[in-house]
Amino acid sequence: MTTRLIYFAWVRERIGMPEEDVDLPAGIETVADLLRWLRSRGEGYEHALQYPDVIRVAINQEHVDHREKISGAREIALFPPMTGG
Amino acid sequence: MSAVPVPTVRIQRQDFDVAAEIARLTQGRADIGAVVTFCGLCRDEQGALSALELEHYPGMAEAEIGRIAAEAAGRWPLQGLTVIHRHGTIAPGENIVLVVAASAHRQAAFEAANFLMDYLKSRAPFWKKEHRADGSEGGWVETKEADAQAARRWQRPSE
Repeated sequence: MTTRLIYFAWVRERIGMPEEDVDLPAGIETVADLLRWLRSRGEGYEHALQYPDVIRVAINQEHVDHREKISGAREIALFPPMTGG
Repeated sequence: MSAVPVPTVRIQRQDFDVAAEIARLTQGRADIGAVVTFCGLCRDEQGALSALELEHYPGMAEAEIGRIAAEAAGRWPLQGLTVIHRHGTIAPGENIVLVVAASAHRQAAFEAANFLMDYLKSRAPFWKKEHRADGSEGGWVETKEADAQAARRWQRPSE
């Protein structure tokens, strides 16, 4: 199943694209697994995700923590802590 | 008894008119005794900042602010609630965000507006990038621990 990954702010800048569609390999079950797998995909990803604890994640446009299961997610967004308001 | 209002949430590039937004909530009714507005503006940081660029997550920004607004409407007896958040390039002195909370009495309106702003800062998917007056790139604004603490004080014991 194809999952759309969306990046914002400095996560987007460091990875070098606003979004991409990926086929997740078997064994990627949680948000933490996803972040670990993405970091191995290249220098930009490593730079963006080197401190995974600070990365905020939304699945299907709702905030989740890193233990959340990602099966069935259509859209997963990765971004820095928010600075709106 | 008035029904629980459906909050108005707008994410937009253009500016907003504070007086018009208050009138939208109060017009034609006489049961509102208190309207609290909070308006957040872009500071120039003693002349160092030329603009803020506000990036947002379209779709989730509306949804998340809608969830926060619905929670406020459930926690306080409000008769109207409006939240408007701008995105795009915003110059110093311009508006960024507006919260309008209407209630029969002031305390609910004050608290709901305060809660909304604290939650918006830590949960609404917006990111500010600074453009500096000297032409250099200012970088992304970092979150403040004080903002996270401000949001935590509204948590109930069960959360």
